[in-house]
Amino acid sequence: MSTYLLQIFNGVSVSSILMLAALGLAITFGLMKIINMAHGELIMIGAYVTYVIQNIFIQFFDKSIFSLYYIIALPGAFLVAALVGYLLEISIIKRLYGRPLDSLLATWGVSLILQQLARSIFGAPNVDVKSPGWLEGGLVLGGTQLPYKRLFIIGLVIACIAGVYIFLYRTAYGRKIRAVMQNRPMAQSLGINTRKVDSITFAIGAGLAGIAGCALTLLGSIGPTLGTNYIVDTFMVVVLGGVGRIVGTVTGSAAIGVGNTTFEFFTNASLGKVLVFLMVIIFLQWKPQGFFTINSRALDE
Amino acid sequence: MKKTWLAIGLSISIALSALLGGCGSGTATGSSASSASAAVSSEAAASSAETVSEDPIKVGILHSLSGTMAISEVSVKDAEIMAIEEINAAGGVLGRKIEPVVEDGASDWPKFAEKAKKLLQNDKVATVFGCWTSASRKAVLPVFEENNGLLWYPVQYEGMESSPNIFYSGAAPNQQIVPAVEWLLQNKGKKFFLLGSDYVFPRTANKIIKAQLAAQGGELIAEEYTPLGHTDYSTIVNKIKAAKPDVVFNTLNGDSNVAFFKELKASGITSKDLTTCSVSVAEEEIRGIGADNMAGHLVSWNYYQTTDTPENKAFVEKYRAKYGADRVTDDPIEAAYINVYLWAEAVKKAGSTDVAKVKEAAKGLEFKAPEGTVKIEGENQHLWKPVRIGEVQPDGLIKEIWSTAESVKPDPYLKSYDWAKGLSN
Repeated sequence: MSTYLLQIFNGVSVSSILMLAALGLAITFGLMKIINMAHGELIMIGAYVTYVIQNIFIQFFDKSIFSLYYIIALPGAFLVAALVGYLLEISIIKRLYGRPLDSLLATWGVSLILQQLARSIFGAPNVDVKSPGWLEGGLVLGGTQLPYKRLFIIGLVIACIAGVYIFLYRTAYGRKIRAVMQNRPMAQSLGINTRKVDSITFAIGAGLAGIAGCALTLLGSIGPTLGTNYIVDTFMVVVLGGVGRIVGTVTGSAAIGVGNTTFEFFTNASLGKVLVFLMVIIFLQWKPQGFFTINSRALDE
Repeated sequence: MKKTWLAIGLSISIALSALLGGCGSGTATGSSASSASAAVSSEAAASSAETVSEDPIKVGILHSLSGTMAISEVSVKDAEIMAIEEINAAGGVLGRKIEPVVEDGASDWPKFAEKAKKLLQNDKVATVFGCWTSASRKAVLPVFEENNGLLWYPVQYEGMESSPNIFYSGAAPNQQIVPAVEWLLQNKGKKFFLLGSDYVFPRTANKIIKAQLAAQGGELIAEEYTPLGHTDYSTIVNKIKAAKPDVVFNTLNGDSNVAFFKELKASGITSKDLTTCSVSVAEEEIRGIGADNMAGHLVSWNYYQTTDTPENKAFVEKYRAKYGADRVTDDPIEAAYINVYLWAEAVKKAGSTDVAKVKEAAKGLEFKAPEGTVKIEGENQHLWKPVRIGEVQPDGLIKEIWSTAESVKPDPYLKSYDWAKGLSN
């Protein structure tokens, strides 16, 4: 029995990880329609920022406050990834709006450059990020142990989604963003600086990828190719969920996460992945727009 | 007004010079015959220089310096470069310096084949040190056989291969996997859970292990494969919990190991609760996994950084002095390092870099390596090596807990094991 309970928890946990990795993409790809192949590398940057902040703590601070490094690393990863995203937007992406194929190729090139850059700075082998002490161990529940790390990530995702929701739907700047994404010429004629909105929005999406990278250091490897392990899944989540809606990303990652773990449990990892892909393809044949769609009057849709 | 005239004058003169330049190239084609003859004479000069042995001997180094496999292969390349520099500092071979030509296979198997062709045909290298994955080795194998090249391969692998153009300095299955399974059966228990990445090495290795378990009274509980780069092991760990094996035999490769061992630890499973034995995790990988995530787990190799020989002490010291005190040495790094020495010894013995002569001279060649004395087995061009089982320590190094008394004869096709009959097809 406890095996099945744990498996349900695993499904929720994998969904939450996918959600976190895809949330930034839901903004850059979902809202802004940029096929950003470098999204995975922004996740990687978040992971390396965590590594650097950890090392700073080891070198300069007392051991007793070491496990607090993670509290600093989360916003740190957000800020650095957002900055890189911002620079990327004003230097390359802004020239590529409305040219999906070009943006795909250009951002793929950027992703290769960032990977090699990480390799030159930090070396090719994986690096180790020690999890903070307060995330070691787990909650013992009915004979099974739920790792604190995974519980923490679930909490972090809920916080991020709430934050993004409030920002997009309850603040003046969020309204501007949605206005620009839904009807750019109209927004422009109402006096919104759409260039600025574009850069800020992209930076926020990139920053969320940074947070995902910081969280992933708890679970997996930290190396130059970290991002490539997640890029396919995250795009799949956004496409399945329906482009342009946060609730779509949540649903999409829940479906893929639970589907993945369940199929993997009853078959094996490779076949599980195949079955999930198959389900996604069949679903998209039936509903090409994904779970949720935006009703828009913009002419370009 | 004056300025415009100046500009026009300038542009005219530029156009004229361009025209003249065009004429110049025309005359060049006319005199191509003379330049060709010049080339011939310089070639003759070069060949005469070769007879007095002033030219360096070119050797190829072919590893993934970018892409996924760079994680492992960059350090291996470093070890090969270090060995070449050491040999050069000691006077080179046959009075000539060794000059490495480094190529990046970029973790892309067709690119490995292409670069191997380039090294053999354009650079005309005397030999090549390279490859890591079996996929890359299989990709370059026909290139080396067609061009009669020589490849020195430094990594343990699944066996069932013995090309006349490859020297294998990593462990054959009977020098790593088979003794490890035997030891685990005797000391840790009968129920095995096989976990591996989904490609040729783990699948072949597990085929061997299954035959061995059946013959030696072990029990196969489950066999699980995950795709390369798989990042979430919560389900697998749950399956392991439910299956309650005595031993998890781990042939996962690359990043997956990090996720797997972090997951084990987060689920509250320590090496006291469950024995795992890994064959693709060495000191270099442990640094990325985090020593505290892996402390107490077992590995099987032929060499550890802590291996107690005077040769190893010197090797580790030199490696860390050259590449930094934070670097570690491990089995493939050591195997790559001794590959260069073995080739150099064979060349000295043969008195030539000719492939056939070097191969002949290499037969039975002995070398005092950091792992102990190794010997090239002439029959299959693998190495006689000692086998060691080790336990990962909290500082990330590996402590030897068992080893074979003697070097083990390489047997890539497992011919000397009755239970392995029918595996090698």
